[in-house]
Amino acid sequence: MEFGFTTAAYVVAAVLFILSLGGLSGQESAKRAVWYGIAGMALAVFATLIGPGAGLWLLSLILIAAGGIIGTYVAKRVQMTEMPQLVAAMHSLVGLAAVFVGYNAHFELGNVLSMTEEARHGLEGFAALLAHKTPIEQNILRVELFLGVFIGAVTFTGSVVAYGKLAGKVTSAATKLPGGHMLNAGAAALSLICLIWYFNSGGFLPLLIMTLAAFFIGYHLIMGIGGADMPVVVSMLNSYSGWAAAAIGFSLGNDLLIVVGALVGSSGAILSYIMCKAMNRSFISVILGGFGGTTGPAMEVEGEQIAIDAEGVAAALNDADSVVIIPGYGMAVAQAQQSVSELTRKLRAKGKNVRFAIHPVAGRLPGHMNVLLAEAKVPYDIVLEMDEINEDFPDTDVAIVIGSNDIVNPAAQEDPNSPIAGMPVLECWKAKQVFVSKRGQGTGYSGIENPLFYKENTRMFYGDAKQSLDKLLPMID
Amino acid sequence: MKIGTPKEIFEGENRVAMTPDSALQLQKLGYDCAIESGAGAAAGFSDALYEAAGVQIIKTAAALWKEVDIVAKVRQPDATELKRLSKGKTLISFFNPAGNEEGMAAAKSKGANVIAMEMVPRISRAQKMDALSSMANIAGYRAVIEAGNNFGRFFTGQVTAAGKVPPAKVLIVGAGVAGLAAIGTSTSLGAITYAFDVRPEVAEQVESMGAEFVYLDFEEEQQDGAATGGYASVSSPEFRAAQLAKFRELAPEMDIVITTALIPNREAPELWTEDMVAAMKPGSVIVDLAAEKGGNCKLTVKDEKIVTENGVTIIGYTDFPSRMAAQASTLYATNIRHMMTDLTPEKDGQINHNMEDDVIRGATVTFEGDITFPPPPPKVQAIAAKSKEKPKELTPEEKRANEVAAFKAQTKNQVTLLTVGGLLLLLVGLVAPASFMQHFIVFVLAVFVGFQVIWNVSHSLHTPLMAVTNAISSIIILGALMQIGSGSFLVILLAGLSVFMAGINIFGGFLVTRRMLAMFQKS
Repeated sequence: MEFGFTTAAYVVAAVLFILSLGGLSGQESAKRAVWYGIAGMALAVFATLIGPGAGLWLLSLILIAAGGIIGTYVAKRVQMTEMPQLVAAMHSLVGLAAVFVGYNAHFELGNVLSMTEEARHGLEGFAALLAHKTPIEQNILRVELFLGVFIGAVTFTGSVVAYGKLAGKVTSAATKLPGGHMLNAGAAALSLICLIWYFNSGGFLPLLIMTLAAFFIGYHLIMGIGGADMPVVVSMLNSYSGWAAAAIGFSLGNDLLIVVGALVGSSGAILSYIMCKAMNRSFISVILGGFGGTTGPAMEVEGEQIAIDAEGVAAALNDADSVVIIPGYGMAVAQAQQSVSELTRKLRAKGKNVRFAIHPVAGRLPGHMNVLLAEAKVPYDIVLEMDEINEDFPDTDVAIVIGSNDIVNPAAQEDPNSPIAGMPVLECWKAKQVFVSKRGQGTGYSGIENPLFYKENTRMFYGDAKQSLDKLLPMID
Repeated sequence: MKIGTPKEIFEGENRVAMTPDSALQLQKLGYDCAIESGAGAAAGFSDALYEAAGVQIIKTAAALWKEVDIVAKVRQPDATELKRLSKGKTLISFFNPAGNEEGMAAAKSKGANVIAMEMVPRISRAQKMDALSSMANIAGYRAVIEAGNNFGRFFTGQVTAAGKVPPAKVLIVGAGVAGLAAIGTSTSLGAITYAFDVRPEVAEQVESMGAEFVYLDFEEEQQDGAATGGYASVSSPEFRAAQLAKFRELAPEMDIVITTALIPNREAPELWTEDMVAAMKPGSVIVDLAAEKGGNCKLTVKDEKIVTENGVTIIGYTDFPSRMAAQASTLYATNIRHMMTDLTPEKDGQINHNMEDDVIRGATVTFEGDITFPPPPPKVQAIAAKSKEKPKELTPEEKRANEVAAFKAQTKNQVTLLTVGGLLLLLVGLVAPASFMQHFIVFVLAVFVGFQVIWNVSHSLHTPLMAVTNAISSIIILGALMQIGSGSFLVILLAGLSVFMAGINIFGGFLVTRRMLAMFQKS
């Protein structure tokens, strides 16, 4: 009865997980969707615990509970601006777990193969599964667990580095060891050699060497990617953690692992694709670092950046009927979302039409800005996507850019020689007046000049975003 | 250095080139400020106000000219004033260099540097010191107010208990700065406003101000205004004929006509002919802002208001800015202050007369004993020449064809993908054992379902999506749970660690997702 029950439970859990992801299509249904996910997970764990092969119940439960306490603590304490770090850190745990589970599969396989024919019959659970495999199947299993360990290892170090970069513990600039991508290619080649070696010998050493090589790839690959490309990196790692789970699922012959791994993997892949498209760059160019080559000299930027003080901005806001706010990573850095929310509340109380325009790659995580604004109690129905709001800019009185740069760069449309030419951008310069809250005159992540700052209808509101907004707030009446 | 402003000596001139506010800003640049006693009185700025702003009051004009290094004034200086210049002094003022040979010669012989405010080039960077624009803005506004003052009816239409009042119809000829200001004032007073300009590219600006642009039925390649520094140029006789015909058609309907048409360095073109005036209704008003250059209407008398035989009032005042001296002085003083900011890049109270700078070079008419007028053309073009190609309207057939083509391309794409994917699957199936294929089918289907489901996820929920996928990717815990029952200590240890880490992830991931989602609130 046990095996049948486990499978049935897995089917239900898989359906619940799919429903859980599908529910995220809307803010309201999402609240229900989380519960589907939790129920699915609980069911899956329960079914496995009472299913074949599981033992040491008490130890398992204690470990889950201990992990759960830490997880709960972290989830309650984390600041919304720290979400990118948290997500990266969690990926690293999945990656490491995949490596360990892969190792275990290897050890079990070794154990089972060394047993006598009689002893094998007495086995149960995972070991029994292994025992019934034909030599071809064992070889396939080796490849699968090898893949699982490789992806898991890359995910682990990659996520640790991404965590460091996002948390500011490692420099967020792109740094590479001398040799650059040749080192990565070398490590990958080494892993391939190890695969062949492992395939033939079945020993632990090639597995270990491969793991070290994969650790290196994960570390070095992500070190070479700059801070603003992190949305792509984090979604890519998300995808990898899924593929690792799927590969391990193959080697363990567990369909639920395969299904969930595939779901997570494709989710991450789609997110990466959306992010890359929003930057008009290919996935390869993001991962290998560096922007697409320029095809000629950049357009001359003429004019000057004209500064304005809080009084000027306040006067314009008091006169405006429609306001669009464009937040970027700078808002998160300055922790200005509460002030932005307060400004929004005040302006809306005066009957002004205030909306937010969110570029897909604003921030360091897909959807980062939405979460920050939601935390600050900005209603989600005035937070719009780029495609929804771009047409409305010509009818907008005031556009306020807070801590974003490349995503509002008109050069993407006007200058075919620009490195970011063709990237979809928020056309805020079409608004009657644009205020840019920015710390200094520097360029954005891509390192190119932003002609927006030199436009006639643009005024620069220099200073830390939070302080600037706090100065502005009392003047809105 | 010291900057000073004398009282304007031109009869009826009320403006002043320095206000208490601008003096404060000039002091921030490191200058000392001085003003002739009573210079701001006509504009509403008393000596006491200046004193409070830290400006030195000097009794006589002669003493002031002598004491200061920089003189800022409004009107073109007369012969007496020019005599007071000396070597090294800088004069900033309207100067009319094109019609003021003697003035320039006098300044040259004195060795003074003269900056003529009307020569500030029309480029974006110099807009803040473009005194012509700021004065034209005032003139445009005041023209409408003057017209209203002499017009016996409302601007706006009303339905009152005492009867219905039709709205006034206002025609504004020439949509330059003054014209646009007049359009804005007129529309905000509620009049039905029409506007005309020889430069078709300003139609958009006119319409944005709420007026209706009067188009001519005339096919001719119009000269781009950008080529002439944003000003109008002389039009062809055919064009002119079409234009006058249009005006003749409009004349009987219009209550108020404001003409602002000027061509640089030429007499104003005649646009409102006598027969048009005769065709207008009694009580109508014409304000001719081009009166100084002879007027767009030949009946206009400079600086006077006349009433024609058929009862049309024609206003030919040329001193509109001076009639709003407080406003005009504030704007002009700000223009001067911006000019000084550009002249003082170090903010140390010392003039750095940089003749390499487009704006300063363009405005300077005499410099160190040389006449530097006319200036070379500025390096930056006045208005970016926009040749907007309208995207061609697609016919319904073309649209359909496009749609069909897109559909075909999509179908082709999908079929290709399916074929390639199917072939790959077959290949795998040929070599792999059945037990692998079972799992593989599950895998492929799951990927497929994943792609279908994830595309529908709303963009704003991408972060929760990542957190929740994170939590469910801890499904790897199942593998560890299956292995933990094994006999080997190493396996138990590794599996235990995995269970522990996955536990963190499951709880952390789901809880943080829940926390985030709870924050999303509808307004």
